[in-house]
Amino acid sequence: MSAGPTRSEYDVVVVGAGPAGLAAAATAAGAGLSTLLLDENAGPGGQVWRAIDTTPVRAPDLLGRDYWAGAGLVAEARASGAEILQGATVWGLDRNLEVAVSIGGGSRFVTARRVVLATGALERPFPIPGWTLPGVLTAGAAQTLLKSSGLVPEGRTVLAGQGPLLWLLAAQILRLGGGIDLILDTAERANWRQAWRYAPGFLFTPYFAKGLALMREVRAKVRVVSGVTALSAEGDGRVERVAYTAGGRRETVPVDTLLLHQGVVPNVNLAMAAGVKHAWDPIQLCWAPVLDETLATSVPGIAIAGDGAGIGGAPAAVVRGRIAGLAAVEALAPTAVRRGPSMETLRVARDRAERGRRFLDLLFRPSRAFRIPDGDTVVCRCEEVTARDIRDAVAIGATGPNQLKAYRRAGMGPCQGRLCGLTVTELMAEARGMTPEEIGYYRLRPPVKPITLAELADMPQSESAVRAVVR
Amino acid sequence: MFKRLQADTRKPVGIFVDGTAVTAREGDTVSAALLASGLDVRRTTAVSGAPRLPYCMMGVCFDCLVTVDGTGNRQGCLITVREGMRIEIQKGKREIGR
Repeated sequence: MSAGPTRSEYDVVVVGAGPAGLAAAATAAGAGLSTLLLDENAGPGGQVWRAIDTTPVRAPDLLGRDYWAGAGLVAEARASGAEILQGATVWGLDRNLEVAVSIGGGSRFVTARRVVLATGALERPFPIPGWTLPGVLTAGAAQTLLKSSGLVPEGRTVLAGQGPLLWLLAAQILRLGGGIDLILDTAERANWRQAWRYAPGFLFTPYFAKGLALMREVRAKVRVVSGVTALSAEGDGRVERVAYTAGGRRETVPVDTLLLHQGVVPNVNLAMAAGVKHAWDPIQLCWAPVLDETLATSVPGIAIAGDGAGIGGAPAAVVRGRIAGLAAVEALAPTAVRRGPSMETLRVARDRAERGRRFLDLLFRPSRAFRIPDGDTVVCRCEEVTARDIRDAVAIGATGPNQLKAYRRAGMGPCQGRLCGLTVTELMAEARGMTPEEIGYYRLRPPVKPITLAELADMPQSESAVRAVVR
Repeated sequence: MFKRLQADTRKPVGIFVDGTAVTAREGDTVSAALLASGLDVRRTTAVSGAPRLPYCMMGVCFDCLVTVDGTGNRQGCLITVREGMRIEIQKGKREIGR
């Protein structure tokens, strides 16, 4: 068993060592609070700065300046006095701020006076026919392989979907000497009608110039088909072809690797399992926690920073992490000497970092065809439940995602709804003529990541815990 | 499916995939090493026996499940390779005790 936390109680426990978690931990520990930062991956950085310590892709231009910008914050968190544990999977959190964490095959509880959840985002489900075939991955998966192991796809490669990450990945693959045969752009041109009035705010953000430059870099080398309205992956035992419709014409191209992406959404599992109130965001089309201006949730003592608080991107995540960290300092050590910026300064910085987001949200809003599938398209990858299965269940009385579990086991596999939950909510809402907010989401419970029964049984037991069950 | 950079100077790490020796690199996750191995590393699902490969590479989809040193259903995308590690590709349902 690897070394666990050195103490059983901390002032602040932060979950996730991406931009927000690193900033929160550095701010809290920097003001003298005992701080534990728990992260599931082998090294800090989250997804955006993944493998920043160990990547074999060392030439700075290949991954870009925004990637290497993370090094300063990683160094700051390490120097802050925060205890940082990698390979630490948090699988439980409750209203008593008791955190259950698995490290090296053993689990234990630590308690906190404040918890900052910085569990970030995951890629929005992209349920097209054949998306479970081997050789179909998310764009984020390809980017992870590229950053952490310097791997690029081999053979005929097609990227499909939309959003900033798709273009960034394409540029990175090309810079590393990989090939891309085709990009299938699913962005809806009609989205401009809603997005354009937010364009002026976006023009003054760094994203505008960067986005244009990336698209130019990629379009110079790769054929791009715009206005794609239907997609499917086909093949026997692995993906062999991708079929698409653009401008009313259906085409089929051979493919070895198909990379899908249509934006990111908050990773809600741990927060929802802790009882944090969430609401449907009708613009970002996902669940987001209900937060006050210091990022405090409906559960006293729990705050959420970073993309888990609603998608804002890495620079916003850093500021949100500092806000959550500073809020913990103000609550627990109001007289501590603070070296960083004031709450007022951070609020201004947050507004600036989040500027232009509405434009991106509206412009890259995925269309219904790629969110709410039909026919035999798999929705729940784990339990292999199709769109038709779900509509049939609704027809015989399933009222929402939780009732659906009893009919079809959707959301009950190991991923616990991460890859089907949003689809199930929207599909059932449409089938029942209700709003996603009315239909609701899976009731999530710990363990939010699977652990073995042996690991659970082997946990240290307190006297009060034993007395609660032994008579 | 995926190829390595020539400029990758990380140390080699020897692992076994269903008994076959595979050279990974220091810092690779199990899933990355499998996808770069050139072997057929498709698992099959417990529900229908459908073939799968890793999908998300960030710990959320569980399509990378493998048996690592005798322990089943580990997330290959979250585990770093170690010298001598024994990986088994899972076919169908798990057995009791693994």
